[in-house]
Amino acid sequence: MLKKVLFFVIAMVSLTSLLITNAYTAEKIVKIDGSSTVYPITEAVAEEFQKAKKGAVKVTVGISGTGGGFKKFCRGETDISNASRPISKKEIEACKEGKIEYIELPIAYDGLAVVVNPKNTWVTSLTVADLKKMWEPASTGVIKKWNQVRPEWPDAPLKLFGPGADSGTFDYFTEAIVGKAKSSRGDYTASEDDNVLVQGVSQDKYALGYFGLAYYEENKDKLKVVPIDSGKGPVLPSEKTVMDGTYTPLSRPLLIYVNKDAATKKPEVKEFVEFFIKNAPTLTKEARYIPLPKTAYQLAQERFAKLKTGTMFGGEEKVGLKIEDLLKIEQKSR
Amino acid sequence: MNELKKRIKYNKFLSSIFLIIGLLSTLVGLFLLTVLFVDLFIDGYPRLTYKFLTSFPSRIPEKAGILSAWVGSFLILFVTALAAIPIGVAAGIYLEEYGRKNWITNIIEINIANLAGVPSIVYGLLALGLFVYFFKFGESILTGGLTLALLILPMVIMATRESIRAIPNSIREASYALGATKWQTVQWHIFPYSLGGILTGIIIGLSRAIGETAPIITVGALTFIAFLPSPPITSDFPFLSFKWLFDPFTAMPIQMFNWVSRPQKEFQVNAAAAGIILMIMTLIMNGLAIYIRYRFRKKIKW
Repeated sequence: MLKKVLFFVIAMVSLTSLLITNAYTAEKIVKIDGSSTVYPITEAVAEEFQKAKKGAVKVTVGISGTGGGFKKFCRGETDISNASRPISKKEIEACKEGKIEYIELPIAYDGLAVVVNPKNTWVTSLTVADLKKMWEPASTGVIKKWNQVRPEWPDAPLKLFGPGADSGTFDYFTEAIVGKAKSSRGDYTASEDDNVLVQGVSQDKYALGYFGLAYYEENKDKLKVVPIDSGKGPVLPSEKTVMDGTYTPLSRPLLIYVNKDAATKKPEVKEFVEFFIKNAPTLTKEARYIPLPKTAYQLAQERFAKLKTGTMFGGEEKVGLKIEDLLKIEQKSR
Repeated sequence: MNELKKRIKYNKFLSSIFLIIGLLSTLVGLFLLTVLFVDLFIDGYPRLTYKFLTSFPSRIPEKAGILSAWVGSFLILFVTALAAIPIGVAAGIYLEEYGRKNWITNIIEINIANLAGVPSIVYGLLALGLFVYFFKFGESILTGGLTLALLILPMVIMATRESIRAIPNSIREASYALGATKWQTVQWHIFPYSLGGILTGIIIGLSRAIGETAPIITVGALTFIAFLPSPPITSDFPFLSFKWLFDPFTAMPIQMFNWVSRPQKEFQVNAAAAGIILMIMTLIMNGLAIYIRYRFRKKIKW
């Protein structure tokens, strides 16, 4: 028996020593985490990149959400962070503390669709003011019927569906409509899974909801999209109206943040980002998002080549600004 | 006399009513499971191919597979079993055979019973602090496996204790009467006799662990991984590699969750197909548990 125990102890010790020597060998790996909205694009790029490199470089992509992704990014745990909104002031501070410099690159547009049930005949368009009335915190428990938003609409319950508070979509919608990020009424049906929202709106005649345009396009037969009027007449969301900036304020840029150290010291990260920008126009479309105009990708490429750090947004959400204008303004200012 | 007959008739009637209620209750559970499985099967059947098991995730639904997911799940379970079984069984034997009934054992017992009811996400948070940041294991297979080991540890301990308790005291007394020490009694009698029950408990614990999502998301399981962990056997000395323990991972439930939340309907089919595979894995494990129990019961003759 003693022999057995002795053998066991020796085996364990040698295993552990092996473990330690094996643990930290260098390997070509690109670590990405962040927004689940951006995930389908990054997944597509990662897939193609690994194919192009024939498996010499490994890429991992997580979905911790924009906020969760930045937390890891600012501690230096990831090379690239996916974001469905610009980096916030708090996150800028956190990165400063972690001594992480980053390069901000826009990679695609996403439109937010406001949808109603196909049986809904009364809504033909919505103004930003209408939406604000429905969604602002002051409406909690007060605005419960359609005719409270506009008197000509029916005296029927208004049932709201939207993403939960951890989502970047929620942050952006509240910023664009209510005027302050994360400020929304609380008494609506919230789900992190957009397919649940699709189901909810398609089954209730008096429902209204908002989510990413891709989810509307896949479920066109079950939903009716509402044109949004921001003062210049109602505009339907589409590739064209999102790209040229007329569908406002509910279109937003999707971004990636690259760790500057990783981009300069790890050639595989640099290659991956260059591959990303080069293939973004086709791959964003495949992932059901809207590509940026060509000039914007060129400007992004230059920005990365020059390793220009910092954010264009100053820690705030900028609603309705076109990405190529932002990039151009920045270029001129230097 | 007539009175008595009436009484008996009435009581038999009550008995048959309970029979019906009991049968219906059993059928409800069985029926729901069948409906769920059939629904899942109809949805996922078209994607259930060999290629589905051997492909990596992809943006194109038809090409996407679950290779990295099931390999990840398997390796995590392996680590979980390696960590949870020795600790859990040893703790169970100690509490049942060695531990004196005093207030310390009482506190331990109450705590273990409570731990079994703690929501799994709490284990995830604990593991994030302990394994990822304190021990610096990173977001790796090792961390994932140890996290799930924590989760099933109370179950293993409880199962061990239950099956030890089922051994009649006369066995222990007979062993002591022949001059055996406590350890000899445990080694040659208590442990072998309770092994069937212990193994059943372990496997049921593991089949719970395989479906857990929350704790392994918290410790940083990733979604897109198109490569396998490093192989455990290498061509150069020392031929064994443990690098895979520190590799990033994904798991079956995570892959399913990701597919369910995608806009394209084809991904829903993939999710259903992955669901079938996960369910089959669980069923196999439970079947194994039943078989083991049967084998060991047959061997024991008191």
